[in-house]
Amino acid sequence: MNELEHVHMGNGHGLPEIVKIEKIVDENRNAKTFFLDKRIGFKPGQFLMVWIPGLGEKPFSISYAGAMTGITVYLKGKFTRRLFEMNTGDRIGIRGPYGNGFTLKGNACVVGGGAGIAPLAPLIENLDDPYVILGAKNADELLFDKRFPDAMITTDDGSKGFSGFTTELLKNILKERAFDVVYTCGPEIMMKKVFEICENAGIKCQASLERYMKCGIGVCGHCEIDGFRVCKDGPVFSSEQLRIMESFGKTAKLKNGEKVSIEDYTRHRYE
Amino acid sequence: MALGIEISGIRLGNPTVLASGILGTSRKMLERVIENGAGAVTTKSISLERRDGHNNPTVIEFDAGLMNAVGYSNPGAIDAASEFSDMQKLDAPAFVSIIGKEPGDFAKVAKMMENKGFSAIEIPLSCPHTPGFGTLAGQDTPEKTYEITKAVVKSTNLPVFVKISPNIKNIGDVAQAAERAGASAITAVNTMGPGMIINIDARKPVLDFKVGGVSGPALKPVAVRCVYDVYESVKIPIIGTGGIMSGKDAIEMIMAGAACVGIGSAVYYRGIDVFGKITAEIEKWMDKNGYNNIREMIGAAHE
Repeated sequence: MNELEHVHMGNGHGLPEIVKIEKIVDENRNAKTFFLDKRIGFKPGQFLMVWIPGLGEKPFSISYAGAMTGITVYLKGKFTRRLFEMNTGDRIGIRGPYGNGFTLKGNACVVGGGAGIAPLAPLIENLDDPYVILGAKNADELLFDKRFPDAMITTDDGSKGFSGFTTELLKNILKERAFDVVYTCGPEIMMKKVFEICENAGIKCQASLERYMKCGIGVCGHCEIDGFRVCKDGPVFSSEQLRIMESFGKTAKLKNGEKVSIEDYTRHRYE
Repeated sequence: MALGIEISGIRLGNPTVLASGILGTSRKMLERVIENGAGAVTTKSISLERRDGHNNPTVIEFDAGLMNAVGYSNPGAIDAASEFSDMQKLDAPAFVSIIGKEPGDFAKVAKMMENKGFSAIEIPLSCPHTPGFGTLAGQDTPEKTYEITKAVVKSTNLPVFVKISPNIKNIGDVAQAAERAGASAITAVNTMGPGMIINIDARKPVLDFKVGGVSGPALKPVAVRCVYDVYESVKIPIIGTGGIMSGKDAIEMIMAGAACVGIGSAVYYRGIDVFGKITAEIEKWMDKNGYNNIREMIGAAHE
């Protein structure tokens, strides 16, 4: 094919593959990890499109590497409710991994909030002694605090660890320590604050963003933020990209493309 | 060498056009596609009312192309009118794709999109997977094509492009109906089918809507034949769309009769910069084969 030899002409790997749920672990009151009977090569921060035949398909970050790839799911709406009803041995479809994943760098701080901790977990395991801050509303909703016993813990209500937000802890540690990069994933308002703190401190940031996703492969344009496709250009974005994203921390689009505030998006997206 | 081409009085710097339904969800997304080399861009289709579209999975890749049943999800004409403004300030012409269930809906949306700086309006009468629209609503017959095209042409001063289905037996009749009604160009073709892909382990169709439009390499030979037939039927220019992955594919389409080419699924196969890549490949081939401008190649396969 001469000059077109490099063109990937399709091999059908974009079709979902049916896999078995090998093991289910209760992570906290609202989260379960589903381990699949399949080893999937991936970069920390990448995601799978998970298909429940007849119900729908949603993106989930990979939270566990290894012989049984794992996704950690928070109970949010109809789709996750059905997942939560599933048992070991049940089957789901997956395609992927998709997205860019995090770029690994040296001296790192990781800031995770709520469900956003899931994609950060394989990252933490691939970094050399990172400083980790994990936060949640309360002790019952904390994720992976036992998996990462050295992590600093914050809860909004003070039921475990530092009483307050991850961002307060980040500000404090930045007074004492320097980092090459801060990785973050969690509620967008939190990530926006993390990014601003990094900007003020002159530290590079990588944030994993979330938007209503349809194709997952960079063609439909639904998950775009200011011209960046979350599914393909992201979900991890650099400081340079975050700086020019006017909608970051402000607006997001619902299933029909209506642009709403981040708060309304978070409230209505699972309906 | 001249890679520029003029269609319906609109000047394109190169013959690659972003096809409707791919990436065209916001002004900034279109801007980025232009930065990546597109000669023109088309928005995702806009309807009068907001639409959720179909449930996921909506787009899947198989071994010969993509299949989609997005179902025209869009925020509706009011939101779209605020998203897309000053389109003439972009570095390439932008076309707005509008849809409706009735001729009157098309006319209303056309009116709402009129002063946004778009260079043309495209009306797809050919979507194979959305109830109420396109082929599922019979908009692909010569009669309906004439009626809807006429309604849109009357409601706007912009050139009107009619996007037609590859599934029609007498495709030339539909193209002629559009031309008679005042269309300025034909976009040929939309996705074909609908098709279906069943996951045998799940014992279920993969697309949530079960069926979807087929695009990409599987569509290309059908699209080339359609463009060839349309070229023999009408005088207005053709935007040849369907499975174009490379510069050679684009030239094949141009030789079938297209003045410029729509690019969609290739964004998946070769990345968002596929527009620049295809343009460079067209230029290289023309250089090697002694062509000086695109016009010399249009319809060359008919001689």
